[in-house]
Amino acid sequence: MGTDKVCNYLLKSRNLEQLRELAYRVRRNVLVQAAGKGQGYVGQGLGSADIFAVIYGSVLSWKPENLKWEDRDRFLLSIGHYSIATYATLAEYGIYSENDLKTYCDDGSILDMSANEYAPGFEITGGALAHGLSLAVGMALGAKYQRKTYRIINLLSDGEMNEGSTWEAAMCASSFGLNNLTALVDVNNVMADGYASEVLKLEPVVDKWQAFGWHVQRVNGNEIQELLDAFDCAEKVKRQPQIIICDTLMGKGVRFIETRKKAHFVRVDQNEWEVAFRQLEESKSR
Amino acid sequence: MNMDSQVAYEGKTMKGPFAKAIVELGNENDKIVALTADLGKYTDLYPFKEAFPERYFQIGMAEQNLFGVAGGMARTGLIPYVTTYGVFATRRANEQLAIDINYGRANVKIVCGLPGLTTFAGPTHQAIEDLAILRSMPGMTILDPCDAVELYQATKAIAEFDGPVYMRLQRGEVPVFFDENSYKFELGRAKVLNSDGEDLLIISLGLMTRHAFEAVLALEKEGIKATLVHVSTLKPFDTETILEQLYKSRAVVTCENHTVMGGLGSCVAEMAALHGAPIVLRMVGVQDVYATCGSTPFLFKRYGLDSATIVEHSREVLHAKEKFVS
Ligand SMILES: Cc1ncc(C[n+]2csc(CCOP(=O)(O)OP(=O)(O)O)c2C)c(N)n1
Repeated sequence: MGTDKVCNYLLKSRNLEQLRELAYRVRRNVLVQAAGKGQGYVGQGLGSADIFAVIYGSVLSWKPENLKWEDRDRFLLSIGHYSIATYATLAEYGIYSENDLKTYCDDGSILDMSANEYAPGFEITGGALAHGLSLAVGMALGAKYQRKTYRIINLLSDGEMNEGSTWEAAMCASSFGLNNLTALVDVNNVMADGYASEVLKLEPVVDKWQAFGWHVQRVNGNEIQELLDAFDCAEKVKRQPQIIICDTLMGKGVRFIETRKKAHFVRVDQNEWEVAFRQLEESKSR
Repeated sequence: MNMDSQVAYEGKTMKGPFAKAIVELGNENDKIVALTADLGKYTDLYPFKEAFPERYFQIGMAEQNLFGVAGGMARTGLIPYVTTYGVFATRRANEQLAIDINYGRANVKIVCGLPGLTTFAGPTHQAIEDLAILRSMPGMTILDPCDAVELYQATKAIAEFDGPVYMRLQRGEVPVFFDENSYKFELGRAKVLNSDGEDLLIISLGLMTRHAFEAVLALEKEGIKATLVHVSTLKPFDTETILEQLYKSRAVVTCENHTVMGGLGSCVAEMAALHGAPIVLRMVGVQDVYATCGSTPFLFKRYGLDSATIVEHSREVLHAKEKFVS
């Protein structure tokens, strides 16, 4: 893989500039994957890039050269359609090549539109939404029982808070006092049929998780410093699972996607991809 | 081939036949309501939502609740049409379908998108065993319409039927296979589309009839004559029509956009054995594997659901028949 990877294996970094650069590259890789394709989740990939940069670049204990390392922290992507962001991030660690990225969503590619545990770097198969938190609880229990110190991190979507299974897992996690479990929710306020807030009444989200016995923080999910601080705080919590509710802007970094009417599938016309790359470049100096 | 005048396969499509039918139903009967779990847009329900906002219920992405709520509504005398994808109805909400809807014979119409391998989103979205799951539920009615014409007619027909129905949905631009004027969908009836196939019998379910039709034409060019029977009601199965054909033919190929375990192929095999019809059978369908992500044409080819595979199986079953007869 490329030598031009600035972050050449950015791990456990606290350096804001490096993490911002990683997030920028994740966004660029999202565009590389989606460019010219009539499908794919470019809005979600761009919106969650800061979260992915912080998780892989700073939070997780993991070994890019040994993804199956037994004592790794586990990152569970239950929102399978965000796989675009995982490929984009792992490409910066040499796990996927630029050519791999270009095959996203193609027939026969390993870069499936939906996260698949047979692809490198994925712990679970996502996409049948709201399975992740239960699996996370199982892993957190398994770790505790075996006296392992690795952490479990699960990224959810606001849509997944509609499903009963999420709340079953939430109750279970706090009952067992799973402080080795941290969940994040990408609140982009979008679902398949429109704004999440209009599909079903979700708020007050903070109160809900608190009532379920979780340690709750709410941050701007596009602010790397806020994310770092929230993880610092979460790690110190004793006897409780923690959740970081991340408000994000779908399409973040590409102005015309940021301002386009929000939809589960953001439409990008063929002639707009060039503009997308340019606007992303410009966003660095914004 | 003497293909029946019911077929008019010219590459045309019709936009949202389900939407069209359910809006008409809404106009005719104010007990028709629609419910969905964050998939109204992707199951062609928006025209109904616009026409009857007070009869459209967005339940949120919570399929177990969705089917429980529908069972409750039906018990107040309403006729709920409920949409989601097949996997989320039959896998996730299985018990709600069994107990809240099917056991009490609640009058709920379960209309589900992305049947079989017709989705890009991979194994989490491919309903490859929905029919097998539901066929095992006592008394359930199961439909897999072929095209826009049949889907439109079936949507209307099930409103007349009192009881739970599961119907597979094709959304958006849906191909037109049948002739709008001459084709008449009948709940519980299979259709013999041509009866001059002395060599072989092909029985196909749902949209597979489009592929089977192409296979019949290709076989004809090789001098092989096949009878084509289209099934759209998998349960209750049209034993009478199918048995009559089974007794005429010893070589049979079934085609389904579904796993070959527990669907159409199994149904035909059971029936042949139970009634002593001496057939050799080949089943076209998903062969007990999970498919990958990909486009429908790619997946149909890779997993052997395309017309070329139907042709291959047909040749092969004829060969097998000869051995079996001698
Ligand atoms: C259990 C389940 N029900 C329905 C779907 C279909 N579906 C895919 S994405 C989606 C939207 C869910 O909203 P969210 O997860 O917040 O995603 P976003 O639109 O923000 O990408 C739906 C309903 C699914 N994948 N899983």
